Amino acid sequence: MDFSPNPDHALIVEAVDAVCATYDDTYWAQRDERHEFPWDFYADMAAGGWIGIAIPEAYGGGGQGIAEAALVLNRVAASGAAMNGSTALHLTMFGLNPVVKFGNEQLKETFLPRAAAGDLHVAFGVTEPDAGTDTSRIATRATEDGMGGWIVNGRKIWSSKALESEVCLLLARTDGQPGEFNGLTLFLVDLDPEYCDIAPIPKVGRNAVASCEVAYDDLPVEGWRMVGERGRGFHHILHGLNPERILLSAMACGIGEAALRRATHYANEREVFGRQIGANQAVSHPLAKAHMELNAAMTMMHRAAWHYDHGLECGELANTAKYLAAEASFFAADQAMQTHGGLGYASEYHVERYWREARLQRIAPVSQEMTLNYIAQNIMGLPRSY
Amino acid sequence: MKVVVCVKQIPDPADPGALDPESKTLVRDAKLILDESDSYGVEMALQLVDAAGEGEVHLVSMAPNNETAGLRTALAMGAASATLISDEALKGSDALGTAKVLAAAIARQEPDLVLAATESSDGYTGTVPEQVAALMDLPSVTFAKSVAVDGGAAKVQRQTEAGYDEVECPLPALVSVTAGVVEPRYPSFKGIMAAKSKPVDELDLGGLGIDAGSVGWAGAGQEIVSIADAPAREAGEVIEDEGDAYERIVSFLDDLKVL
Repeated sequence: MDFSPNPDHALIVEAVDAVCATYDDTYWAQRDERHEFPWDFYADMAAGGWIGIAIPEAYGGGGQGIAEAALVLNRVAASGAAMNGSTALHLTMFGLNPVVKFGNEQLKETFLPRAAAGDLHVAFGVTEPDAGTDTSRIATRATEDGMGGWIVNGRKIWSSKALESEVCLLLARTDGQPGEFNGLTLFLVDLDPEYCDIAPIPKVGRNAVASCEVAYDDLPVEGWRMVGERGRGFHHILHGLNPERILLSAMACGIGEAALRRATHYANEREVFGRQIGANQAVSHPLAKAHMELNAAMTMMHRAAWHYDHGLECGELANTAKYLAAEASFFAADQAMQTHGGLGYASEYHVERYWREARLQRIAPVSQEMTLNYIAQNIMGLPRSY
Repeated sequence: MKVVVCVKQIPDPADPGALDPESKTLVRDAKLILDESDSYGVEMALQLVDAAGEGEVHLVSMAPNNETAGLRTALAMGAASATLISDEALKGSDALGTAKVLAAAIARQEPDLVLAATESSDGYTGTVPEQVAALMDLPSVTFAKSVAVDGGAAKVQRQTEAGYDEVECPLPALVSVTAGVVEPRYPSFKGIMAAKSKPVDELDLGGLGIDAGSVGWAGAGQEIVSIADAPAREAGEVIEDEGDAYERIVSFLDDLKVL
């Protein structure tokens, strides 16, 4: 176990913090309020090579791992950009990971250099309205067109960034029966407006990055756009899902850090009954607890990332990190709101935005309850409960 | 084209250091960072080399304790190499002592152009660039808001109170640039990684051929006699609103002649 400081990581943190410092809370509040994608921020992060940090150097990326990608997103979220900033970037980082791991050379050469340069936006299409967490029951189908290609029909929900994205990593059934994980196949499809109907879903927060419902109607997909092996899509997409959980852990911890920064500042500054409110243990102790819980979650995130980057099994660790980070992040944001009292509910103090965005982690991409089910059943050997 | 940029590594202004009561100078024990005012010169140099289509940017810095953190930032922006002069005997150097060291280090590079900030963010003497130019017998152009190189000449717009002067001087020359000259780039990830292996030539006074007695405390032509805390800010006036607060605020601002 080596916990010594990594000088490269310190440089990444310093550099990303410097970029993020030019985009303050007001910028992010405006993007959220106006439902505007943060294009200028995205351009700065792309120019610095931060979006392509985990793409192999052979394809123009930074050649780093999920640990470094997580660090970038943690700093973005911690700057106050929260989910609005970090999810503007993270899909390119984890969404293309199955392409990096399993994609054919044509796929890699066509798309990875553009993704590394930040020029290619990627959506992720797994969840469906009628299947929810039960991915084995997705109904989107890809059928052979008889010429080596495929025709896709179906409906996906919560496809983030679908409006901005040119391509989508799509999971569809090609073989087998509903309820089976085998028979699902992964494709990197074009979100061609002629065959795709994309509708943003009005939602509580993270409004700078739209989440969409996407209907695929006879979308043609060329054969070389299949990612990995036919029928093995679910296994391949785990190389997107586990990194996604790790990145989200880092982002959640970042939101918690931003919330605690504001809460601590306010608790030190605000005086009631002749003294700082932070002098009251009812104020300071929950903040201290939130600080410790965020640290614990961040440590678990680092461990999960290390396992993934070293090719080790990381399902338990990635899920644990995401669960702990979601709890710690929401607790921190909630306590930040509590510390601010009534002003915490006002947009001006920004903690309400953190609170809305931290809440998301307890639902998406998998609910806390399903994470507990996974640990209970798959790790601890308890009976399946559903 | 070879452009040398003078860069200073300073204590982080976000974490202001203390003054050493004995030497009456800034304590520089902690990590030093690239002076933001120098990032403009680095960016300008990189853009000039890009525009020329050939050449490189070399950095020259004088710092205690062989500190390179600030230099690495400038190397990450794209500079090719650096010279760092570190020597115990440099402690206490005044502006002229600093200029002697920088001039000797710059001369070794035989540059076409030398860029510097108009002043550092921790010392503010604002005299070092012109002293370096004088010591090297180079033309000196100050307060540049725009720099271009055309053939063997530098074309500079000099910021003035009324507007700007357009001046031209033959190369090699030294130009001091203002913060408005260009927008510095952020170091990229690849730039940061590449900077780790870029050459930093570390020299002491002996290596530079400078007599230790002519710089540092020994050679300083100035003495810091005393230091004192800045006066505490006076308490402001609290105006309780009794219906006429706006009139009193307007009157207050009027007295300050800001309206």
